[in-house]
Amino acid sequence: MTNILEIAGLGRRFGGLAVINDLDLAVDDREILGIIGPNGAGKTTLFNLVAGVLLPSAGSIRYQGREISRLSTWDRCRLGIGRTYQIPRPFVHMSVFENVLTAAVHGGGQSIAQARTQAETMLELTGLARDHNRPAGALTLLDLKRLELCRALAIGPRLLLLDEIAGGLTDAEVDTLLAIIQRVHAAGTAIVWIEHVIRALRRSCHRIAVLHDGAFIAVGAPEDVLSNAHVKTIYLGE
Amino acid sequence: MQHVPANQPLIIAVSRIVLLGGALALMVAPRFLDPGGLTMLTEFLCLLVLALMWNLLAGYADIVTVGQHAFVGIGAYAFYGAAVLLRLDPYLAIAAAGVVALIIALPAMLIVFRLRAAYLAVGTWVVAEVLMLAAGKLPNFGFGSGVSLPVAVAREFGARPAERFATIYWLALALAIAAFLSTWLLLRSRVGLGLTAMRDNEEAAGAMGVNLLRSRIVCFLWTAPFLGLAGAIITLQKLRISPAASFSIIDWTVFVIFIVVIGGIGSLEGPILGTILFFVLREHLATLGTWHLIILGTLSIVVILIEPRGLWGLLRKALGGDVIPVSHAARADFGKAEAP
Repeated sequence: MTNILEIAGLGRRFGGLAVINDLDLAVDDREILGIIGPNGAGKTTLFNLVAGVLLPSAGSIRYQGREISRLSTWDRCRLGIGRTYQIPRPFVHMSVFENVLTAAVHGGGQSIAQARTQAETMLELTGLARDHNRPAGALTLLDLKRLELCRALAIGPRLLLLDEIAGGLTDAEVDTLLAIIQRVHAAGTAIVWIEHVIRALRRSCHRIAVLHDGAFIAVGAPEDVLSNAHVKTIYLGE
Repeated sequence: MQHVPANQPLIIAVSRIVLLGGALALMVAPRFLDPGGLTMLTEFLCLLVLALMWNLLAGYADIVTVGQHAFVGIGAYAFYGAAVLLRLDPYLAIAAAGVVALIIALPAMLIVFRLRAAYLAVGTWVVAEVLMLAAGKLPNFGFGSGVSLPVAVAREFGARPAERFATIYWLALALAIAAFLSTWLLLRSRVGLGLTAMRDNEEAAGAMGVNLLRSRIVCFLWTAPFLGLAGAIITLQKLRISPAASFSIIDWTVFVIFIVVIGGIGSLEGPILGTILFFVLREHLATLGTWHLIILGTLSIVVILIEPRGLWGLLRKALGGDVIPVSHAARADFGKAEAP
């Protein structure tokens, strides 16, 4: 058991506002970790710090034992950190296939010829195969969320950051999504998953962490965390 | 939603034949055109090269430069220096213009790549103006008023004007074809796949592993020699260098921005369409003087408001496909086997 991600004393300020404040977190390389928290708690900011869109004001982020908090987004991607966006950011004028191919080529470090198979496999896994020829801009929101997942998988991630991909799905679709996530996890990928759909987290996560005002107020087994009185007050509003 | 016309393959095939036919017509044009017509076509080809390059920078790599004319001017002065002052073979001097532009692009990157967005536009403009002023201080290049190309050098490209015009035309055509084909290959490559993703969403491209910095460097260094070579050919045609004309922001940057914006930024078809439209308008509006520019400016604003991706953006929506294929498709039977 080794930690794929170790965050210590992480801070990020926007002017006078500390969105992430002295945050610590360790993620095991065989783990699925769920992150919940009220809106504005700093969940997406945390992902942006890990993925390299934002640089921290304080603290360190170690990935596979290596300090990465100053690396570019593309270097972190090449090291195996894949991410999805809460609000999808497709390459709208490219086809669905090309969206995924780009991730497999650049994130996966492959030639275009090599990456084709990878892209096709991921499209089939995420159920986008039939839409591969459509421009990404023509997809529905649901399919765009699938494309986010598909692209992130195509880089061949060792650590996958999922940002609210289950929102708006039916129960059957959540089941399909969980099956995909279980497969990816079984193939050796650690997953950190920000989600408001608690039942999805409850069924898949080994641990759940609760983010509030830029730091974790509870981390532990799903049942323990979700029955914690403090968490209920802050997040579940009970 | 994507709308694909029923006879799409036919329309695309016809468009490709028209494009190829246009290229073939350019190959036989010197047989049929008078020097005036040939001069205009040479200008067309040079401007097409500038448009292809600005499109690559601004449309794909998000380097919205307003200083592109600097490299045209550098090419012009480098050509003059190599051909007249160093007495190199004039064809070698043209090549030298491309090499010098590439060499100057290296330190220029240090300034350009520190800036983003609006600051980059202003920054590149300032650098270009400084270079123009510096060119006006060069004693062997006629200071601020410039200097004409010696007759002996011009004669190397043809003893009589008609021959010379033809030679310059062939040089411009060769450059335009090289610029087009190589940029096409670039866009179809691994790097081009990343550039196309950058065009659509830069942050997501970075998160998917596209090295944004390296892609920008490739584009910047890619365009510099083509711009320098165009500068040398423009000089050959005008038979004169001067800071104002060789480094003309209106001729080599502003017009080029109009062309790419109207034609369609972020595509290969757009710059071609835009350059054709620009020359058609120029030939018909030239008598209107300043109104010509006002009409061009208004047109580009209207086009941007209706369709940010220009006329080609509109056409492509109707057509549902590329005339110049740069995309990558999955194998033909992929996704067909699945249940509906």
